[in-house]
Amino acid sequence: MEIPKSFLGYKRENGRVGTRNHVIILPVDDISNACAEAVSNNIKGTIALPHSYGRLQFGADLELHFRTMIGTAKNPNVAAAIIIGIEPKWTKRIVDEVAKTGKPVEGFSIEGAGDIETIMKASKKAQEFSIWASEKQREECPVSDLWISVKCGESDTTSGLASNPTVGNLMDKLEPLGVHLCFGETSELTGAESVCAKRGKTKEAQDKFMKTWSDYNDFILKEATDDLSESQPTAGNIAGGLTTIEEKAFGNFQKIGSRQFVDVLTPAEEPTKGSGLYFMDTSSAAAECVTLQAAGGFNIHLFPTGQGNIIGNPIEPVIKLTANPLTAVKMKEHIDVDVSKILSREMNLDQAGDELIKATMRVANGRFTCAEALGHREFVMTKLYRSA
Amino acid sequence: MASTDIIIHDKKDNVGVVVIEKVAPNQTCNCWIMEDDGSTTIEAKNEVPLGHKLALTDLKEGDTIIKYGHDIGKVVKSIKKGEHVHVHNVKTKKW
Repeated sequence: MEIPKSFLGYKRENGRVGTRNHVIILPVDDISNACAEAVSNNIKGTIALPHSYGRLQFGADLELHFRTMIGTAKNPNVAAAIIIGIEPKWTKRIVDEVAKTGKPVEGFSIEGAGDIETIMKASKKAQEFSIWASEKQREECPVSDLWISVKCGESDTTSGLASNPTVGNLMDKLEPLGVHLCFGETSELTGAESVCAKRGKTKEAQDKFMKTWSDYNDFILKEATDDLSESQPTAGNIAGGLTTIEEKAFGNFQKIGSRQFVDVLTPAEEPTKGSGLYFMDTSSAAAECVTLQAAGGFNIHLFPTGQGNIIGNPIEPVIKLTANPLTAVKMKEHIDVDVSKILSREMNLDQAGDELIKATMRVANGRFTCAEALGHREFVMTKLYRSA
Repeated sequence: MASTDIIIHDKKDNVGVVVIEKVAPNQTCNCWIMEDDGSTTIEAKNEVPLGHKLALTDLKEGDTIIKYGHDIGKVVKSIKKGEHVHVHNVKTKKW
């Protein structure tokens, strides 16, 4: 198949390209959720991103909170952003960073004004942004404007056999065209960590990966119960035939095909070393991982599943594929691409990779994913430790 | 081409994955080896569902399970060729 050279995206002020055109209402903290949701109820064409944190965090945990907030609003899938927080200082810090992209952004703080006045002021600005964004048109953009993140979930052995290698096949075909790629899931590379580390393009990238993995593994060992409380592998993984974390890890690792990674990113960090594959240090929980990757600037997501994970993200469209023939039928409304014919050998990996590329292009052009049509908007902040 | 019941990732693997709804006891299963497009057969000893693994050789306690050509855990209860391999007889070496 000849790979499409372009797609229809939204060109942003800073040169990045979006596959979506959202106007977001972003609360800085948990107690500003009500305000943000009220504004998005008032103004059509906007979406609120409620979450659970943002108060009394400190140190690296607070920095990650800011990085995630700022990165989410900077993402090119976001046309404009309203930021609402309880206090003006942290709100302004986010607004100032987002403004550097050149996109419309405005902050509101609730203290001293109350919810109702804040909702009124923010709604007026949100209406202005929504009408402005509604006139944006899709334009032809090179395929290199795609920033593709990947993460698998509710995996089973069919993931490692077929759906993850399908993603790997796509990576092998698209990376030479200048696409940015990102994989994560630090804990789920356990058992395959030294094989994965060798995929680092430089000694520096390899060492950085091993340090990142070791730190995470030390933390898990410190907190672990004897069976990790059925979290790794999950009960769903085990039902699907996965026996150990090592088996899960080697299956997971198939997603990067034969690629090498350029660098290791901290959670929610934007890559700055050009196109190619990056590893991001993330949790292996689906919504946490995709939220961090979206905050890193990725504009379209590929999500292979075995037993049927249903995740979506408010700003980054999540394309799901499965090779499990039972899941493809029983959970059809969640599956964008069915590659189960690989198992019956009626389809090979090359054909499956082509099908996934076609689906990715259609979604990049605006086609709704199953998760978007079902209203899945999981926005989950990663928290590193207890608040002060 | 005969239908495939079991897929084996790598020639070195000592387990294969069931890719049909289930295999039955005494069923002769067609296996496809992905690495070299080879094929073999094995007789199943237990009923094993889709996605679950079957031992390709006899395995004793302490042996290593190889899948994708790599170590994926240790045998904690001996396993006969053709038997179901899962959490009841294999454990991680990691956590």
